[in-house]
Amino acid sequence: MPLGNLASLSHFLPELAVTATILLLVVAHVVGGNRQSAVPAILSLAGVGAALLLTALQASVPAKSLFEGMVALDGFAVFFKALTALATIVVVFLSMESEELAGRSQAEYYIFLLSVLLGMFLLSASTDIVMLYLSLELVSIPSYLLAGYLKGGGRSTEAATKYVVFGATASGVMIYGFSLLYGMTGSTHLGEIGRALAQGEATTPMFLAAVMVAVGFGYKIAAVPFHMWSPDVYEGAPTPITAFLSVGPKAAGFAVLVRFFYTVFATPDAASGAWVLSPGVDWTALFAVLSAVTMSVGNLIAVKQDNVKRLLAYSSIAHAGYMLMGFVLLSPAGIKAILFYLVVYLFMNLGAFYVVILVANRTRSEEIADYSGLGSRAPFAAVSLAIFLFALTGIPPFSGFIGKVYLFAEVINKGVYWLAVVAALNSVVSLYYYARIIKVMFLEDPKDKSEIAVPAFPRAVLCLLAIPTLVLGVYWEPVIRMAENSVKMIAF
Amino acid sequence: MSLEKLLVISAALFCCGLYAILTRRNAVAVLMGVELVLNAASINFVAFSHYVSRVIGGQIFAIFVIVLAAAEAAVALAIFLRLYATTGTVEVDTADHLKG
Repeated sequence: MPLGNLASLSHFLPELAVTATILLLVVAHVVGGNRQSAVPAILSLAGVGAALLLTALQASVPAKSLFEGMVALDGFAVFFKALTALATIVVVFLSMESEELAGRSQAEYYIFLLSVLLGMFLLSASTDIVMLYLSLELVSIPSYLLAGYLKGGGRSTEAATKYVVFGATASGVMIYGFSLLYGMTGSTHLGEIGRALAQGEATTPMFLAAVMVAVGFGYKIAAVPFHMWSPDVYEGAPTPITAFLSVGPKAAGFAVLVRFFYTVFATPDAASGAWVLSPGVDWTALFAVLSAVTMSVGNLIAVKQDNVKRLLAYSSIAHAGYMLMGFVLLSPAGIKAILFYLVVYLFMNLGAFYVVILVANRTRSEEIADYSGLGSRAPFAAVSLAIFLFALTGIPPFSGFIGKVYLFAEVINKGVYWLAVVAALNSVVSLYYYARIIKVMFLEDPKDKSEIAVPAFPRAVLCLLAIPTLVLGVYWEPVIRMAENSVKMIAF
Repeated sequence: MSLEKLLVISAALFCCGLYAILTRRNAVAVLMGVELVLNAASINFVAFSHYVSRVIGGQIFAIFVIVLAAAEAAVALAIFLRLYATTGTVEVDTADHLKG
């Protein structure tokens, strides 16, 4: 039975903490004289930290449906809330260090950042298409503004333009798909839509609606063929925002993709614990092809990139392809693999972007050629970047390897061998372009021999990102158990 | 008016919107295409709410679509204005400094 509005409030504390912080930031923006002070950053850290703690307290609460069935509080939602809050905290650290953002109003920036976070909280928890649409736009609209946040930057404005044009189109098509689903079932609640669809035959409108909705979600996770915006946006946006978009909204996009397709197009089979798909559409083949194409396009185009941000953008498309492998089979083990991979991916990808920011602060460049001799100019940053890149490739003993093992294992268990072969070949291709950066850093002579100083604070943050990347490669038991518990409670 | 007629109108509107998005080079015209797509969805919601479902959920959804379309248009136009200030045009195909 869904809880009423007032009764739900006590289960809504993380969202309320973020909302309160946003309002405080608005006040700080109006009252504060110094637009460049560090107060908004510290306030955001405190607010998101509080939200993270409150989310942790929800972990043991039994699953509930809140606000008359609009939002779910279950292990799945709690997992993604914790994940996105953690990503936001790291991005606040990145933003404090970035010199790109130094000349811009700080409070406004953090208001947008936290609005996206609030949207991601709601997106991963929404169980009604009204709420789902509202939270998707709450993620998207501030993201457009953040992508264009750089002052006088033609590239940043161009990135924002492309982002808003693609984003608005994708969400428009998705809404049309929602309207078809509503017409077929007469309900806006995901669970009821699923039950109504399960009774009837699979029809052409249902398939059409599924494809249209997949456009909207595919755009959020940057899956091919809806990925065209992402390299341009990732290159033009301020680097901390690039890092944020490649982890936070992507994770939230996976959350909503999984929750939507599971509750609408599949019914849980209590006996085996697996999910039975609506008949008539070969979902496995459809998503397997989507996954294979996404990872191949991402990796093959990444090979010829000379700009590190753009390279990481294509690599993040490829990683979305790897994660889709877990989605292909619609099995709890596959979802568990996605959740685990997202945790690992958060640390290694944000870490790689952090080094890019630290280097760009000094060299004002993101070209791979300018990384030459980084091994001697900034040994600490170079070694950290090497760790993150090896983890992204998926080489043991780094955590990326374990993440990939879980994704591959599920695909092979279910007998989709061709997809596992494609993914393995893709990993080999990715080794080439990641190793190229490492080669430039350690084997080529620097053009400019001056040392790049990395102060103590960025060093500490880099350690905080590198240590999980290494530790999760040898001791991943607690995280995988957490992911497993989060999958179990998804049935709503 | 029957449900079929309303659905045909909304499908036509959807196709017009998608056509505008895919063919127009002016960013503002693309945005107008998006608005057409959103309005097509709104018509669907209201029509289905009246003929299929007896509850008001669909009409509420249509109001949400209108409000969020306004919010999106406000942000999009602000960004296009910045694009105009930096490049002197809002043609989307002139914005090609980022590629590869």
